[in-house]
Amino acid sequence: MKKFLAIFNARNREFLRDRSTLGWNIILPIVLVIGLGFIFSDTNKSMFKVAVLHDAATLAAENDPFLDTRYVQFFEVSDRDEYFTRVSRHQVDMLLDLTVTPARYWINPTSPKGYVLEKMLPDGSYERGVVEGEQVRYVDWLVPGILGMNLMFSCLFGVGYVIVRYRKSGFLKRLNATPLGALEFLAAQVASRLWLIMAITIAVFIGTDLFLDYMMNGSYLLLLLVTTLGAVSMISLGLLIAARVSSEELAGGLLNLASWPMMILSGVWFSLEGTPAIVQWLSKLFPLTYMLDGARKIMIDGAGIGGVWLELAMLTVMSVVFLALGAVMFRWKGE
Amino acid sequence: MTASTVIQVRDLVKHYPKTRAVDGIDLDIQAGVCFGLLGPNGAGKTTTVEMIEGIVKPTSGTVLYRGEPLGRTFREQAGIQFQSTALQDFQTVRETLETFAAFYPHHMDIDEIIELCALGGFLDQDARKVSGGQRQRLLLAIALVNDPEILFLDEPTTGLDPQARRNFWDLVERIKARNKTILLTTHYMEEAYILCDEIAIMDHGRVIARGTPQRLLQEHFNDVVLELPEDIADEKFRDFPLQLLRVRGKVEISTDDVNAAVHALMERDVPLNHLRIRPRTLEDLFLELTGRELRA
Repeated sequence: MKKFLAIFNARNREFLRDRSTLGWNIILPIVLVIGLGFIFSDTNKSMFKVAVLHDAATLAAENDPFLDTRYVQFFEVSDRDEYFTRVSRHQVDMLLDLTVTPARYWINPTSPKGYVLEKMLPDGSYERGVVEGEQVRYVDWLVPGILGMNLMFSCLFGVGYVIVRYRKSGFLKRLNATPLGALEFLAAQVASRLWLIMAITIAVFIGTDLFLDYMMNGSYLLLLLVTTLGAVSMISLGLLIAARVSSEELAGGLLNLASWPMMILSGVWFSLEGTPAIVQWLSKLFPLTYMLDGARKIMIDGAGIGGVWLELAMLTVMSVVFLALGAVMFRWKGE
Repeated sequence: MTASTVIQVRDLVKHYPKTRAVDGIDLDIQAGVCFGLLGPNGAGKTTTVEMIEGIVKPTSGTVLYRGEPLGRTFREQAGIQFQSTALQDFQTVRETLETFAAFYPHHMDIDEIIELCALGGFLDQDARKVSGGQRQRLLLAIALVNDPEILFLDEPTTGLDPQARRNFWDLVERIKARNKTILLTTHYMEEAYILCDEIAIMDHGRVIARGTPQRLLQEHFNDVVLELPEDIADEKFRDFPLQLLRVRGKVEISTDDVNAAVHALMERDVPLNHLRIRPRTLEDLFLELTGRELRA
């Protein structure tokens, strides 16, 4: 017990005396609580999204008793064809048409949420419609998200955390005593992580594609370009975060600050369709959002270079800005 | 400054918020000289050396390498061994050497370095898993990889066992034979005495003495030390006419007249079977100048 207490106390002192890390550990939960509170501030947090076509002045329960269901977000739309597409792509869980009698609904048969909504419909008075066009399986929609998330973590931590460790151990100081320049060092770090993560991502994509046969309506070359730019932008973000920090715990915290919001708000798991405007605005700050949007547009919509120019441009701008800032701020030694 | 001055340091100062680590130092290191910077821990040796290496930015003062401010030429021509250096994980000794060799426009032949630093026995081992002595030889090899004009060794033998230390000294002698200029810091006076042509002793951020080891000893001492075992009772030395110290498990008597001292001891019937007479060493000088024990 004495030994346990000695180590317990030593570790407590180490943690408490590392001011930057301590401050960080207090700020992070506050940011998380405020952030999550904000995102989920709608007390009737909707788990399902239903687009509704109707003639009535307002969308109210007297039009149809189903509209009274809790935890379902109903929003009015006017373009039926557009929402067929959104249903087929898992951006909306159901399309409900109240302008016809009996009322009709459309779901994507491969969507788990669509299935649950269908079961929740009051008996009898609804007619099932078939979504026209190619139906997108959930996995087709999800695979860019999963691979993108893995790529994001690998890029941020594989570069950011490693550089901080090099700095803390004094390895950077030793390199600084040679003619090796900061740009050469940083470029090598970017290149190394880039080819490794691209090789892994491509291998996993091809390997799982053999079993799952992902929908691919666009160009593989364009998909490679979007993914590569996405990886460069996130490696650059890792460099920027690691530019000066020499505490591994602080670096871990900062990297989490960058990665967690991206994981939640970049559309990895669910579409941001129908989320509050502030969430959609926030998502525009993250490179992962553009990478995933671009990849899904290419794979699912079959977009060409003209369809993803915004994503390509944003990823390029972010890469350049992060890389330039990271290189300017970079220090061989800790503060 | 003469043509052969490799390093010239003028009024070098480094202040940290709470300490004056280096408080105005002037040094001139000539080509081909092994220069020793000595001092107890905390004297400011490492800060001084790292300012000369261009790693730590001085608060004020100048460092010139061959008459020029530190720059690319210096980095290409300097070899540096820090007090402690972490290397990259999962690299063999040979891979580590080759990585560092690639940083320089010209580098020494890798096999020649391996031979010079006796790395042959553990070339393919993980660089993290070699012994203390092997590790210091590897770090020295990395410092030598660019065939440097000037070599910095910061306490290279601290923590090594006596045999590994002697091996390292032999190595440094071989490097000296190649006419390299060396700046060595150490707190082992024996090491400085054996390796250094010139020394400067630092304490509290200042140089308190400098010169060749022999000249420094001649300047400060004209006596020798008689050492006796410490188990001799104090009353034997009552009214002893010479300065007498009980230190390091011995009784030390310093004198410039050995005959008189031995005569005085015989008069008091002190057993002389274990009497040893030794000349003054750098360690004596160091203690006299800094007034404190060397701390390892």
